[in-house]
This record gives sequence, structure tokens and C-alpha cells, in this order.
Amino acid sequence: MNTKATKELSAELVIVGGGPAGMAAAVAAYEEGIRDILILERDDNLGGILRQCIHNGFGLHRFGEELTGPEYAYRYEKMVRELNIPFMTDTMVTAISPERVVTAQNTEYGIFTVKAGAVILAMGCRERPKGALNIAGTRPAGIYTAGTAQKFVNMKGYMPGKEVVILGSGDIGLIMARRMTLEGAKVKAVCELMPYSGGLARNIEQCLNDFGIPLMLSHTVVEIHGKDRLEGVTIGKVDEARRPIPETFEYIPCDTLLLSCGLIPENELTKDAGIELDRITNGAVVDGDRETDIPGVFACGNVLHVHDLVDYVSEEAAIAGKAAVRFIRGEGKKDISVQVKCDGKVRYTVPQRLTEIADTRIYFRVADVYRDMKVTVRAGDTVLYQKKKQKLAPGEMETVELTRDMIDKAQGLGAPIEIGLI
Amino acid sequence: MIDVAVIGAGVVGGAVARELTRMGLSLTILEKNSDVAMGATRANSAIVHAGFDAKEGTLKALLNVRGSKMMESYAKELGVKYKRNGSLVVGFSDEDRATLEELLERGKKNGVEGLRILSRDEILAIEPNIGDGVTVALEAPTGAIICPYELCMASVGNAIDNGAELKLDFEVKKIEKTEGGYAVSSDSETVLAKYVVNCAGVYSDEVAALSGDDSFTVMARRGEYMLLDKECGSLVSHTIFRCPSKMGKGILVSPTVDGNLILGPTAENIDDKEDKSTTAAGLSKVRMQAGEQVKGINFGKTITSFTGLRSVGSTGDFIINEKDGFVNCAGIESPGLSSAPAIAEYVRDLLKGAGAILSEKADFCGKRKPMHYFKELSVDEKNELIAKNPAFAHIICRCELVSEGEIVVAIHTNPKPRDVDGVKRRTRSGMGRCQGGFCSPYVVEILARELGIDYTDVTKSGGKSFINVGKTKEV
Repeated sequence: MNTKATKELSAELVIVGGGPAGMAAAVAAYEEGIRDILILERDDNLGGILRQCIHNGFGLHRFGEELTGPEYAYRYEKMVRELNIPFMTDTMVTAISPERVVTAQNTEYGIFTVKAGAVILAMGCRERPKGALNIAGTRPAGIYTAGTAQKFVNMKGYMPGKEVVILGSGDIGLIMARRMTLEGAKVKAVCELMPYSGGLARNIEQCLNDFGIPLMLSHTVVEIHGKDRLEGVTIGKVDEARRPIPETFEYIPCDTLLLSCGLIPENELTKDAGIELDRITNGAVVDGDRETDIPGVFACGNVLHVHDLVDYVSEEAAIAGKAAVRFIRGEGKKDISVQVKCDGKVRYTVPQRLTEIADTRIYFRVADVYRDMKVTVRAGDTVLYQKKKQKLAPGEMETVELTRDMIDKAQGLGAPIEIGLI
Repeated sequence: MIDVAVIGAGVVGGAVARELTRMGLSLTILEKNSDVAMGATRANSAIVHAGFDAKEGTLKALLNVRGSKMMESYAKELGVKYKRNGSLVVGFSDEDRATLEELLERGKKNGVEGLRILSRDEILAIEPNIGDGVTVALEAPTGAIICPYELCMASVGNAIDNGAELKLDFEVKKIEKTEGGYAVSSDSETVLAKYVVNCAGVYSDEVAALSGDDSFTVMARRGEYMLLDKECGSLVSHTIFRCPSKMGKGILVSPTVDGNLILGPTAENIDDKEDKSTTAAGLSKVRMQAGEQVKGINFGKTITSFTGLRSVGSTGDFIINEKDGFVNCAGIESPGLSSAPAIAEYVRDLLKGAGAILSEKADFCGKRKPMHYFKELSVDEKNELIAKNPAFAHIICRCELVSEGEIVVAIHTNPKPRDVDGVKRRTRSGMGRCQGGFCSPYVVEILARELGIDYTDVTKSGGKSFINVGKTKEV
């Protein structure tokens, strides 16, 4: 190894992150004919967070069968390996410049750079920690995010506790309620601040109801007790303004508190590169190609917005992978600029802008639980499309298809496309 | 028999231990916790005060101003990050202006340099995010920021490197006068020393009482803090204090030397000296006051909140005295951190007066490698080290970019950490925005490996704070 100068590599396509998004993007780019690809993965193996998601329920859309997380990840890992797509594990990317020079480090090359023709960001997301929740009380051992507990149990083989309260009903929290129960722990309650769960309906059924674990909606943890190790939590009901109601406070003895209070796309690299971020998704603002406002830098998967199904991650990553190849070949034409807006009931959309007249699937999430609504696509006063939905919930990602015609009309009207609920 | 037993390994005990070691005394530090810096040192405002606050003529005023002047070179020698960012005490009314003018006069008498009153326009020119209601401020250019536990770890570590001994989990239960000194005992062990220095923080009154001195008491005053993501660290460059009023001293908003934003503390006297809990009311007060002092604080970027307990002595001043070779350093509330190096000199002189024979240790090395030295290196220098030890390239904590190499070095550097929080305070692993969510399973693994203990024996913070309760299938 040359210790004097920083090693400088190059690749036509650099993919930051070798989880489901990064691998699917790589495979799609390969299929489009690019070979000079490099996946940089910070963990010791490809697969990302799926490696610790040993439950089933993955792949129904993508593969038409029910797989576990590691099985789903391995499908892609196998493709990457069989196609000989280059990757480095235990490799941490520390910077991306607007000129698409990626700085990374690993034990083999030390700190090195890769000059990239195009970059795909696929770093995934992290969980909201306890500190961000400002729960009063002590700071003992025994408080973990659901994903950290999942890592301890599924990857390391250790139990973080025996008597559990879970705050937040995000999918990982629900999955861990079942997982801890199966390992012999007693899950006493899942408290959810909101009047509805942020998790998938099927997870509430299969992970809580099937095991008789109570889901306490409009409840939160108001105080943490215990000196060395957690001894209990005080929970309480919250009013409509989400303020705890003291008369409802109740002490629950427990040695473990798991937090499943939201996922945050890991966009520190994106931010440092100067890429515009969406305040709602906490991911980059992208067009239909999943291209950010820095040409040749794309984003997909949970780093772009938090998905509920990995199948959609793969789908989105393939879009980014193919578009990156067009960019590398100089074919990435951007002929229009139409903003995609939302009406508030729809909280966000991805993509947030369109640069091409082509059939485009818009992913969106809603702000609250709504029943019997019409998903409505408008440009100015003109309604371009409507479809009826019986139920929409924040926990479930929705889609609407924009046709070439609809985009063409909006372009003609010079108005943004607005996705809303009526 | 050793020369000195220092009771308490906080920032004061650490500074005292280092100074006395430098002066050639043999010394043991007795600490009841499983790590150093576990009391008020771990949780305070992390400020080196300029020295205008304390009443002229008090020990607080004398040692604060002296300590503040010493701190920059003191920190530099120990490799501790220090930044003279200056401070502003902001006022909202004419009444506040009068108070600030009093502080200005007091500061001048105390010997604080460069103090001046700023108008709102002058404040805005240097702090554009100052709160809308702020009309006046006292500027103290000598105010600075430092990491208090880093300073403590560095001085204790440096003392150990120069021959001092550290006994952790040593809770002093008995102090007896003996021929030519004292016998200081825990439940299981006795240390014989010619002199004793009591730096036991909130417990310093109880330790003094063990020696028969009940001339003072120390009360715990709870201070609640919030720490925000580094993204918010540049919202202000100065430390923004609130003008003291009838309602109390108020909270501060300050960048930390590591680049975060710290808000707090509240002030509430409590009976339980172990009660380091935060309260909903306290945190809400911090948010409210901070928002008045500085605009645009994104409280959603809070990464942790915590409580520190200050030692409030019954005399209103620092209680530093010597009798029969027993020295008290008690009631070291704010500006205790700022005063620590000066307190150490003061204690040295007290011991000299008590007959201790001091002579500078010939082979004393006051320099210490900075704890975060790896981060400060150039890319080429880093790569040279990585070539020798590839673990420096293996990132464990992604938020703070801490490598396995740095964690292993920290585990084997004095004062050696034994738990996850100890590693966190030394390396910042787990100190970032995900608060250990990703790295803690790996840190547990590295600790178990390096200490030769079981994965399940690793604790968060000593005692029974086990991270895991057993293997799967065994619960």
C-alpha cells in the first residue's frame, strides 16, 4: 500500500450503500450495459438493514413470494456476485463533492477517493433516538431503539431485556414486540402517541393482536425510572394537542424500553454535498429519474424517503440505476420543469419535480387517516385525474400514475401538478 | 504511606492530583464511581467564565479570574480542546441594563479584561440570531468553552501517567486520624496517606464529616440541559447568558467545543444527591428561555437531555481550607470548572503551609496526547497511521466518524474506561445524532474483547447497568 499519496480510484458509477436500494440500482445499471460500477458498503457484508430483519413478509410484489429479509437481500447479493459487480464492504464514505468525487475509507486502502461518472446515494435511514423525544427521568441502561434491539437479538444473539414496553408503533417496533415475545420476554404494552399506528395494518395483526399485546393509542411514556438499569416507565394518555393528561398516568415496571418513533433518512453526506433536501421527507428533492439538483447524483431507497415495503425500494432503485446510465452516456435529457406539489392532506410526493414528459409513478404519503377520499391530480383548476380510495393512512405509502398526457397538459398550462385528497 | 489521598475524580480532584503529582507527591485518587468525571463534571455548561459574576474579594472571584487566565495553556498542554468564543450576557429591559452595568463594574474590579456594554445593533452585528426582545448585552471577550469531562480525564490521565494511582469503585466510608496522617477506608480497603484532599463534589460535606468536620453543608442543585445536533452548533458563536434577575440566573445558549449547541441549566435545589433525572417542567423552561435569547433554535434536533447536580455550599463561596493536613475543596459550584487549575495551585499552597515537602518532579511530563488527535491529522498523516494499524480506517460510529483504532487506543489509555459510556466520553462514539443506535452493539463487542470479559458483562455505565441480560433462548 502506498502510504504517501491518497489512493485515487475512478468508476463510471459509484453507489453509496450496499443495502437493497444500492444493490438493486447496481443490478439495473448493469442490465443497461454499464460494467464499471463500484458499490461502497459500510457494514461487513452487503444487504443493509435487511440482514437483521429475519421475519418474513418481504418480496411479495418483487418476487411474487414471501421471503425473509436476509433471503430478499441475498437474492440481490447473488445477482451482484454473479454479475461480478465490484463492491467494497467495511468501507465508509465520508464526503461527496459536487464534482462527484467520493471520499471513503477502509482498512485496505486507508482514506481514498473515487472519481465517479455518476453517483447513486443509497445510505438508508436511522431511527429517531431517545434524546430527540425529550422524555423526562433518568438515563439508565435498557433503553434502545427497536432496530438496535433487533441487532442484539438477531445478529449478536443477546437479549437486551425481559420485561418490555415499546414506545411508538412503527413497523420495527411491532416486529420487535413479536420477536421479543418469541424469545421469552414479556411485552407489556406498545404506546403510540398518535391516535393511529404508523405501522402496517398486517404487522399490528400479526405482531400484536396474535400475541395479545395491547396497542395503546394516544399514549406516551412521560417518565423513565431506574438508576443503573431501567426499572419502569410512567405512561399516560395524551389529549388532542398530544399533551399528557396527568390523571391517566400509570407506572409500568419493566427493564427495557424500545423506541420505534420514526425513521430519519441519513442525509448528512447529501447535505454536505450541497444537495437540496425536502423538509418533509428529509431526503433529497428529485425528479422522475431520482436525480438530485446536482447533475449526475441520484438517490433512492430509504435515504430518499422512508418506504414501508422493500419491494418499492428495489423498484425505485432500478429507476435511479437506469437513469444514472443514461446520464453517464450523455443521454439524460431534461426537457421540461414541472413541480409536483401536495395539498397538505398529502404530506409529500416523490418525485417532487418532473423534467421529462413520460409516464411517471408518483409515491406519496398522507398526513392523517382518511376515509372515502378521491386522490386527485390537478394542474391549476383543471382536474387531470381522480381515483377513489376507501382508506388512506400515514403508515402506508400510496401511488398515483401520471401519464404523458397529464404531464403534457400541466406543462401547457404552465402550472405545477398538485396531488391532493378531496 | 503515600503522601496524599485525593477523594473524588472530578475536574477539581483531577486538577489537584495532577498539580500535586507535578510537585513530587505520591498520590492516590479515590473515586466511588466506576469512571472519572461522573458527578457535576459530566454534566455542566462547559463554560470557562470570564469572572465578572462572583462578588469581588471572594475565593470564587479570585480563582475564577486566575483559572480563566490559566485555562488556555493548561488545556493546550493536556491536549484538551478549548475555544475562546467570548460571551454575551443579554438583557431585555432597562432593569436588565442596570444589572449588566453592575456586572461590568464588578468584572472590572475582579480584573476581567475587555468587558463592554453592547447596543442591540452591535449585538446583531456579531450575533444575527439573537432574540427579538434582546435590547442590551454585556460582552466578555475572555469567556471560553471547553469540554469539562475531557479536561478531567486528561488531568487524571496525566497524573496517572506521571505515577499517581486511581482507585475506582472506592467509596470512602471511614476516615481516621493516624500517626502522621489519615487512614481512608472503603468497605473493603484502607489507604494510608499523610494528607487528604476532599474533592467529593456534592458529597464533600459528608466526607468532611467523616473526618469530624461538620462546619459546612453542601446541597445539590439540579440543572437540566438539552444538547442539539451539530447542525445547530453555529446558530450562535458566543455563549449567550441571560441577565440574572429576581427570577434567578437564567439559562445559557452556547456552542460546545465539539460543535453542538447546549441549552440550560435550570436551577432547582433538591434533597436527593443521586437524582439526576430530567423533568418535563425543567426541559420546557429550558426551551422557553432559550427561544427568547436566540431565534431559530430547532428543538427537533435535540439529541439528548440530561441533568447535572451542582454542589452548592452553605457559605455562598467556595469552601477551600486546611486543618491538620486535611484539605476541603467543597461547594465548588459554578465557576468551578473555570477555577479548577487555580484551585489546584491554591490547594498546593495550603499543603505547603501544612508542611508538605514540595519539589517539582524531575521527570514530570505535563503534556498529553489529545484524545481526538486522529481527527486532527492530515489525510496523509492519517493514511500513514492506517498503514501501521488498519483499525484506524474501520469506522464504528458513523455519526461522529470514530474508528475501531481510536476506541481501542482509548480503552488502553489512562484513565481507562470500562463501560460503553466511558468509551463514549473518550472517543465520542455514540455521542452523535443516532446516540449509539448503530455503534453500541459493536462498542460492546470491542469492550468485551479488549477487557477479556463476556459480552453480557459489559455495562452502559458501571454498576448493574448491563446492556444485555443474557443470550437469546436463555431468557
